[in-house]
Amino acid sequence: MLEIKNLHAGIEGNEILKGINLKVNAGEVHAIMGPNGSGKSTLAQVLAGREEFVVTKGEIKYNGKNILNMAPEDRAREGMFLAFQYPVEIPGVSNTNLLKTALNEIRKYHGEEELDTIEFLALVKEKMKLVELDQKFLSRSVNEGFSGGEKKRNEIFQMAVLQPKLAILDETDSGLDIDALKIVANGVNKLRSKDKAIIVVTHYQRLLNYIIPDFVHVLYNGKIVKSGGKELAFELEEKGYDWVKNEKIEEMVNL
Amino acid sequence: MNKSVNIKDWYISNFGEFEKRLNGGRENFIHQKRKEAISSFSKLDFPTVKNEEWKYTSIAPLLKHNFVPTFERKSISKEFIESKLFSKMEHSLIVFINGKFSPENSDLLNLPEGVFVGSIANEIKNNGKVVQKYFGKYADHQNHIFTALSTAYTEDGAFIYVQAGKFVEEPIHLIFITTSAEEKILTQPRNLFVAEKNSQVTIIEHYVSNEESIYFTNTVTEIVAEENAVVDHIKLQEESRKAFHIARMEVDQERNSNFRSHSISIGGDLTRNEFNARFNDEGGECTLNGLFMLEGSQLFDAHTLIDHAKPHCNSHELYKGILDQKSRGVFNGKVIVRKDAQKTNAFQENNNILLSDESLVNTKPQLEIFADDVKCSHGATIGQMNEEAKFYLKSRGIGEEASKAILLHAFASDVITSIKIESVRNYVEKIITEKFRQ
Repeated sequence: MLEIKNLHAGIEGNEILKGINLKVNAGEVHAIMGPNGSGKSTLAQVLAGREEFVVTKGEIKYNGKNILNMAPEDRAREGMFLAFQYPVEIPGVSNTNLLKTALNEIRKYHGEEELDTIEFLALVKEKMKLVELDQKFLSRSVNEGFSGGEKKRNEIFQMAVLQPKLAILDETDSGLDIDALKIVANGVNKLRSKDKAIIVVTHYQRLLNYIIPDFVHVLYNGKIVKSGGKELAFELEEKGYDWVKNEKIEEMVNL
Repeated sequence: MNKSVNIKDWYISNFGEFEKRLNGGRENFIHQKRKEAISSFSKLDFPTVKNEEWKYTSIAPLLKHNFVPTFERKSISKEFIESKLFSKMEHSLIVFINGKFSPENSDLLNLPEGVFVGSIANEIKNNGKVVQKYFGKYADHQNHIFTALSTAYTEDGAFIYVQAGKFVEEPIHLIFITTSAEEKILTQPRNLFVAEKNSQVTIIEHYVSNEESIYFTNTVTEIVAEENAVVDHIKLQEESRKAFHIARMEVDQERNSNFRSHSISIGGDLTRNEFNARFNDEGGECTLNGLFMLEGSQLFDAHTLIDHAKPHCNSHELYKGILDQKSRGVFNGKVIVRKDAQKTNAFQENNNILLSDESLVNTKPQLEIFADDVKCSHGATIGQMNEEAKFYLKSRGIGEEASKAILLHAFASDVITSIKIESVRNYVEKIITEKFRQ
């Protein structure tokens, strides 16, 4: 589904990603872990098509198509979804307006009929239960005045409505209490299926108790330095990121 | 001799011609005012940018044209007028074409008793008492050259008189259409709205054109809100993109009166709106909201003054500007709280978004407070489109243009949503959405 080859990217001349290789197949859940500043969020943003980041080398193929020149909205219409680390507050734009416009733009792109208000509301109500959000929330402005937990749940709610094929969760677990974490994880697990893939970007192993990944990758200094199964996450939790850092240094010394 | 002196002479010399065409209209009480006004006009000078109140608005382009009032009667298609209506069910509709009342296009059947809506020319002809009492009382011509010009050439405009205790349920829609003629037209609607004690009325002053021609609208509106009257006023300015629009609105507020104003401005090449409201007694409430959307070489200038002359009055002012390309905006909002006006609440804000590197806004909120027990605030912001928010919307599958439109709409939304009548609100939504798409 997703194939990243030797990806180099940066912002304002600073290279942050220094040769990422990653392959994600349909049905898989990949966790990308790493210390702060390792490039996790940059990778997530580059995948979503953030213009500020410049890709200098390498390629990203999604369903066989090179997406580097694809606009963010087209990536979304093709089924990619980024749950933001810091969801943006948009005063004056209601959650309903955002979701209805987004959903219908995606449907139009695929040549499907637009949903009318009744169909839309039925869908939305069903998905709201999943993330335990109150209905009043629909008429509120996007993320405005939301608590940290509400913002993260809203990301998962949007994901549940838009039904992406590839979801990238950028530190969706950071700052959540255990109840909110379970709600978020539950929302994500509902999306899991044979034809969908999920990339969970996280700093902490904790989320992975609830969203069990098939693969864990450790990102350090712009490169994936270690890949393994879910047990890698436990090892990281136990030994800390210094373990990876030190190992990396050893490797370099040995070279 | 410079150009503006020439133009002044032009308007002065045309006055004789104008007088001749008035025929019997020279006998009534207004004509004395016309003559006084032309004399004021000849003594006054057109403002230049050296004048503090016109620092950012040069009217030099306006003074390049020889505009004339037209006496030619023009007809306008029903379809065009219908395209400017809020709903098909409008009954209180009054249409002016090139400044003249057009009875065949107007519809004034369903007015309640005690409510008069019509042409001010008729009232002048009949020496109407209300016109005699209020005409020119608030918009003085001695110190204001454009009001002097308006008063000198007073011919027609809208007259609305709501008697004490009357409640006009349907909004009264005034459409001023300018269409082309052989010469460049000067149209000077002169409006007077009087809401007596305990009455309530909603008035929409709507300026439109069916062609992109060069003309000059110089309009003066005087509004009286007597004790406990509620007046809701909406001004929609959709003039030709080549037009000049100079407007002055004077509002007199008596005890416990409530005046609400919304000014939506998207047309015109050069627009100047002067708005003055005075609280003449306690307990008044004044809401002043505005939205201007500019592009190309458009210039919009809002000069507002709210005079808290008496205690216990509230005013809220919110103007928002969206500027693209080489357009320019000016906001000069003054609030005066006089010495005796204790317990005043006055809030004023002006927010602007610049969509291009070449657009420009000059904003000057001014608070002058002479009382000591008041709550007042003012603020101004000038910013750009929020790129993070735009990316967020795009990442959800919403296209570039649609994302932009959603965000601009959101920016303007508090001004639009405070328009109370749904059909008017929808119309405003429609015209600004069309403007966003351009």
